Amino acid sequence: MSAVTSPARPASSGMSARTINRIVIYSLLALFAIFYLMPLFVMLVTSFKTMDEIQNGNMLSLPQSPTIEPWFKAWGETCVGLTCAGIKGYFWNSIKMVVPAVLISTLLGALNGYVLTKWRFRGHTLVFAMMLFACFIPFQSVLLPMATILGSLGRFGVTLQNATGFNFGLGNSTVNLAFVHVVYGLGFTTLFFRNYYEAFPTELVKAAQVDGASFFQIFRRIMLPNSMPIFVVTVIYQFTNIWNDFLFASAYAGTGDVMPMTVALNNVVNTSTGVVEYNVNMAAAMIAALPTLIVYVVAGRYFVRGLMAGAVKG
Amino acid sequence: MAFLEIDGLKKRFGNVEILKGINVELEKGGFLVLVGPSGCGKSTLLNTIAGLEQITEGEIRVEGRAINDLHPSKRDIAMVFQSYALYPNMTVAGNIAFGMEMRGVPAAQRQAAIDKVAKILQIGHLLNRKPSQLSGGQRQRVAMGRALVRDPKLFLFDEPLSNLDAKLRVDMRIEIKRLHATTGTTIVYVTHDQIEAMTLATKIAVMRDGEVQQFGTPAEIYNNPTNIFVADFMGSPAMNLIPAKIDGNGSGLSVVLDREARQPIVLPMPGAPAGLAAFKDKPVIFGVRPEALTDPEGAERNGSSIATADCHIEVVEPAGSDTFAVTNLGGKGVVARLRADAKIQPGTSTPLAFNLSKAVFFDPATEKRIL
Repeated sequence: MSAVTSPARPASSGMSARTINRIVIYSLLALFAIFYLMPLFVMLVTSFKTMDEIQNGNMLSLPQSPTIEPWFKAWGETCVGLTCAGIKGYFWNSIKMVVPAVLISTLLGALNGYVLTKWRFRGHTLVFAMMLFACFIPFQSVLLPMATILGSLGRFGVTLQNATGFNFGLGNSTVNLAFVHVVYGLGFTTLFFRNYYEAFPTELVKAAQVDGASFFQIFRRIMLPNSMPIFVVTVIYQFTNIWNDFLFASAYAGTGDVMPMTVALNNVVNTSTGVVEYNVNMAAAMIAALPTLIVYVVAGRYFVRGLMAGAVKG
Repeated sequence: MAFLEIDGLKKRFGNVEILKGINVELEKGGFLVLVGPSGCGKSTLLNTIAGLEQITEGEIRVEGRAINDLHPSKRDIAMVFQSYALYPNMTVAGNIAFGMEMRGVPAAQRQAAIDKVAKILQIGHLLNRKPSQLSGGQRQRVAMGRALVRDPKLFLFDEPLSNLDAKLRVDMRIEIKRLHATTGTTIVYVTHDQIEAMTLATKIAVMRDGEVQQFGTPAEIYNNPTNIFVADFMGSPAMNLIPAKIDGNGSGLSVVLDREARQPIVLPMPGAPAGLAAFKDKPVIFGVRPEALTDPEGAERNGSSIATADCHIEVVEPAGSDTFAVTNLGGKGVVARLRADAKIQPGTSTPLAFNLSKAVFFDPATEKRIL
């Protein structure tokens, strides 16, 4: 008998040990998740409360009489600095800066990756190493040199304006910010696409060459349509970074109508006239966070997959 | 003037010479197979014909016109890749039509060409599928369809069957041969499989280390290999290459094969090649294919010079259609190919017939054929 039962015993104790492990792990994870989500929860419930409720009630309690008034106020009426027209203008400023910056940096990164893997030239590793180096330069160290460059571009824009009647966007703060983000993002986007294309079958490129496709036709018809996972990763990464950027935004477009969302939000919260409208501030913060959330929810399932593909094969 | 001429082609990567002066030519409608072990440069040679690799020296001509400086798309070639290289984002029809699309062929004409090729290859029902929804054999057909639709001067195949399983490989091999016979196209085909080379080719170039070892028809390559490498590489089971000695007693020469703990076998050679006399009392390599070493009943009755000798059989391998027997001669295992019903027991001595008219001799020092 003992010979029969003895092998079963360690198995059953193993089961219970595993169950305990699971309980511990999941409780810890739940705790961390709650801790991490708490600020979001407070923001969300506060944004739907009236000021009375905020001043007299519990921070964590659900709104007694939910109202979406703060959201409308944040969008259309709240004061940013001295102008009281809501954050909507700044929201569009951000969109106008982010969309071109993300698309241009992603496409250029894809093009770089394509050249660095499929059209290798002498010294391609050096070029790639230098582009990688760009990923490790801290933002702060390029602030002043970049300001000088943007200044020169602005003066060139004035010259163009005088000569042709059109400044081609040079000197415009939104264009400046988009330019800075494209340049700064290029290191990352190139890294992503190079690693992805490294594992991309070169025979497809050769086949397309034999079929008579040109350099850009191969890029557009063969490479890009087969780059969906890494494209999504890059777009999410770039969108989140550029949308959330505060440093460049405050340095190069820190005042007036040209402020992007992040700077404007800061100014909403810092406005020191009258009562601090926490519900409006929270609603404004939620609005500021929404685009990145939406991008992540819509494209998120590709994100992990794409990161893995790049990581494993790169 | 041959249809395809490759003249003194050299290819260097830095200081490494990958192709060391290739001279090959192919008549119109011919089927040239480049065969050799991995790293012999056969795929590089194919890529230079396709224009996917630049050449360092020499010239590639099609119908007398040098094409080696033209872009791949201007060479009027089509290529089937080892991995098929089907564009994963396009349907089968899109894949087949891509080249025409790039050359600006009108849509109606493209559709007609797709339909024609789909009919030849019987892939009509697959036209709207994506490559990921196809089996290996179907992908292979689509890859061939993409090449066929161009109606090029020259077809290039880069190990097209190596990703298929054994049975499908045989089917597709026959398919390719049929395609070649019906369309009469000129084909250059790379493989490391010597059976594919023998069955498909009208001309074979056996390559090693960036050099063509021998260039000729399959029969020439098989029956008259110019050196030990070619003799050993072509044919399955491989040719028996037995260390031997040439002995001269009186009028004729004879081949002496040493055996362990037994009397050497002496095979008289009445019709010996002229050069063999110079190797009297010297070591040579005696090459005899398994089918030229058989049981006396199965030997060619009208073979001009058949010598029989008792051999000690070590292993018997019945393969169904034939029975292979392994004996030891000159310190090496030697395979004989007997009839399927040959009565033979391992561990016994049996007379084996050497068909000496099919035997070849090599110089062990240079590894070259003794003529």
